[in-house]
Amino acid sequence: MSSATYERIRKNPRFTELVERRGRYAWILSGIVFVIFYIFVLAVAFAPDFMSIRPFAGSNLTIGILAGLFQFIAFWVLSLLYVRRANGEFDDMNKEIVDAAWGGK
Amino acid sequence: MRGSNSLVRVGASALTLFSGAALAGDAIGETAKQAVNYNAIGMFVLFVLLTLGITYWAANRTKTTSDFYTAGGGITGFQNGLAMAGDYMSAATLLGLTALMYSKGVDAYLYMIAFFVGWPIIMFLMAERLRNLGRFTFADITSYRLNQGKVRTMAAISSLVVVCFYLIAQMVGAGQLIKLLFGLDYGIALVVVGGLMMIYVAFGGMVATTWVQIIKACLLLFGGTVVMLLAMSQFGFSYEELTNRAMAVHQLGEKLLSPGNLLAEPVSAISLGLGLMFGLAGLPHILMRFFTVTNAKEARKSVLYASGFVAYFFNVVALMGLCAVIIVGQNPDFFEEGQIGGKLIGGGNMVAMHLARAVGGDLLLGFLSAVAFATILAVVSGLALAGASAISHDIYSRVIKKGTASEKAELRVSKMATIALGIVAVVLGLLFEKMNVAFMVALAFGVAASANFPVLILSMYWQGLTTRGALAGGSLGLLSAVALVVLSKSVWVTVLGYAEPIFPYTQPALFSMPIAFLAAILVSKLDNSAEARSEREAFGDQFVRAQTGVGAATAAVH
Repeated sequence: MSSATYERIRKNPRFTELVERRGRYAWILSGIVFVIFYIFVLAVAFAPDFMSIRPFAGSNLTIGILAGLFQFIAFWVLSLLYVRRANGEFDDMNKEIVDAAWGGK
Repeated sequence: MRGSNSLVRVGASALTLFSGAALAGDAIGETAKQAVNYNAIGMFVLFVLLTLGITYWAANRTKTTSDFYTAGGGITGFQNGLAMAGDYMSAATLLGLTALMYSKGVDAYLYMIAFFVGWPIIMFLMAERLRNLGRFTFADITSYRLNQGKVRTMAAISSLVVVCFYLIAQMVGAGQLIKLLFGLDYGIALVVVGGLMMIYVAFGGMVATTWVQIIKACLLLFGGTVVMLLAMSQFGFSYEELTNRAMAVHQLGEKLLSPGNLLAEPVSAISLGLGLMFGLAGLPHILMRFFTVTNAKEARKSVLYASGFVAYFFNVVALMGLCAVIIVGQNPDFFEEGQIGGKLIGGGNMVAMHLARAVGGDLLLGFLSAVAFATILAVVSGLALAGASAISHDIYSRVIKKGTASEKAELRVSKMATIALGIVAVVLGLLFEKMNVAFMVALAFGVAASANFPVLILSMYWQGLTTRGALAGGSLGLLSAVALVVLSKSVWVTVLGYAEPIFPYTQPALFSMPIAFLAAILVSKLDNSAEARSEREAFGDQFVRAQTGVGAATAAVH
């Protein structure tokens, strides 16, 4: 792959836009996962009593279990959201940028 | 002090449950050989015949190095997702985590989340760049614009270190488990595992390894689900009914569903979380799977499927553990001398197996035993392939021959490396038979998170990284992770016999990762050499390829 092709892509404002949009999305999602998980770890460490509360009368579901189940589901759903957008919108943009680089020769 | 020691101990035993190591170290270690289990052996022989057939088929399709390392890059996202999940779910996931849930209750569930949370991170920050930049090994990425010889050598060494620690844990666990489940001698079991692994990998390469992994993942998911459903049917599929009865009989009582002390000490908890989260992103046999798919699209799908299967399986295992509290824990047949609450027959990690027998008889027990054996075999094969690639692709082809080796020669070296690794694995398994190898997995994750991950992520994200910086970060990460594990309780006290550990925590990551990052960044910043300048300049092209996939290795046409 020639450096000239890379150079052309780098100069394309759409490329900058793609990098910024996809990067922002990825970092926001990572941040959400990171923050929720570490709040959870610290809550287990410092507030085990809170994690043992049973919020629904007559049910054995504790906040700890609900928080765990929530994370399994939520983090997977975030992954799904990322894949949908990255494989759809972002990859379409990507294709357009790559095609422009080849066509502009 | 006493409190924190018990925390450390719980953390240590919990961490090791993910590999065969815990099986060897804690529970199964000193158990007597059981009667020969014909159901299990019969079903295992079926699995072996099927996988050998696949290997024969795969061998005819393994003609080039690209076939050998990455199955020609033509695996679909779904297949690769199953195989990745298979690489991650070892026999100890099934046995160890069921046992942990059975004895510690919901703490085990919280622990599973820590093992899951690396997957979304690898998805968001790494998946597409890994696929776009890599070809056969992750060292392709770290050495992309840096000095090939030096950076590759270091990456290959730390890969082999991770692979060897992991192999020891798996082999010792395999020997003990097979002795117990099948009634075979420890040595024979090792030779069977090592021999089959050599055949799969040397002849079938990544094609065979992937399909062995896929079949095993399906069997494991299926077996776990069947046992869970049969067990849950005894409680009318009601979580409330199950938990009410479990709390009534478990020694923890109400506390069964409350977090206890598993993650109670914040420094160890955070360190553990970091080590597991980023260790996943530095395991060479997982990273290698990113190169088997066609493009970044499929790489993302693989991670999505893999994380879905892993999350699902953890929840199945959690329910199995809870059901076992009543079904196994209240049945005198499963305790030595019929003493409920005494010692479980076969040791603490046999909970899942006893549960299978209780709900599905000898046939289901045999099936689950065969699945456990198949699981070990598949994980060991994945590790061997990753190790062989580091030797043949990184060391031989790129460092020694500087890219001039013929495809044939490289392929021959990779097969020889596989056979050598198989022999090494058997020998290590024999050497460590009597030793508590529980710390090996902490070490493998610690090294992966501290040596591989920092260099990998910096090389992809930071223009400033230079060869000297990468070498400093990678080697200090490797050394500090190993040193901290040696100084921690699991080696210093348990293996070496000193009274007090020098390093009071179980996981090194919280300390060794910053050391690696700081060293890499500082040394790179201070590096004013001409090479450093051109390495920084080369980041621009690398960045475009990482983002767009232009110039990325493409699937071979068959």
